[in-house]
Amino acid sequence: MTDVTRSRPLSPHLQIYKPIPTMVMSIMHRITGGALYFGTILVAWWLIAAASGAAYYDWVNWLFGTLIGKLVLFGYTWVLMHHMLGGLRHLVWDLGYGYEKHFATKMAKATLAGSVTLTLVIWIIGALLR
Amino acid sequence: MDMRTPLGKVRGLGSAKEGTDHFWRQRLTAVSNIPLLIFFVFFVARYAGASHAELLAALANPFVAVILGLVVASALIHMRIGMQVIIEDYVHAEGVKIALLMLNTFFAIAIGGLFLFAILKIAFAG
Repeated sequence: MTDVTRSRPLSPHLQIYKPIPTMVMSIMHRITGGALYFGTILVAWWLIAAASGAAYYDWVNWLFGTLIGKLVLFGYTWVLMHHMLGGLRHLVWDLGYGYEKHFATKMAKATLAGSVTLTLVIWIIGALLR
Repeated sequence: MDMRTPLGKVRGLGSAKEGTDHFWRQRLTAVSNIPLLIFFVFFVARYAGASHAELLAALANPFVAVILGLVVASALIHMRIGMQVIIEDYVHAEGVKIALLMLNTFFAIAIGGLFLFAILKIAFAG
């Protein structure tokens, strides 16, 4: 009977709808969550390198310090900030606020603007701390 | 018409017998992740690219070691149940789904093991 299951009509999906800020940010929240999941490998690698000794740590440090390494870490910072702000939005909804259409759209746009701003601030602070 | 028994209603656990446990745990760790990860981000921003000796000295601080341990626990629980939802949403073949759900838990525990080993080794043995 699997054929019956397979030939059932499907509900309209992503490609049917016009992308709007709340929808795009919802999708981004899931994608950034997934990216953070696998990105933990990078952080674990850094700490394990530190625990393994100076020679190996210096090599990993060099790798993370290359242009590609920095780009990945910059991206990872943005992904974390975006997921954190997206999560705050979800906590606001959990408390029962922020469902009004225009306000929800504003929050969605603010999530993107805020995550980019915070990422830049963190990297500027990181550069100043050196 | 409500088909639930009075006892079922009082228990409020639903058909999966877990109630809102998954939802609540995701929110609980979301809240704890905020201060923990803010600390973590500033720690990494400060020590990324630091010399080995400098990083070890920072990680040997008991406050830093304990906070990083808490970061690991909170973030890994959060990401494990988050990935569980993604798998359940998109993977419909029963066998593959169960295998991925198991891998998800193994991954979170393996990463946690690596993190905690590194943090404890540096904190206790340098």
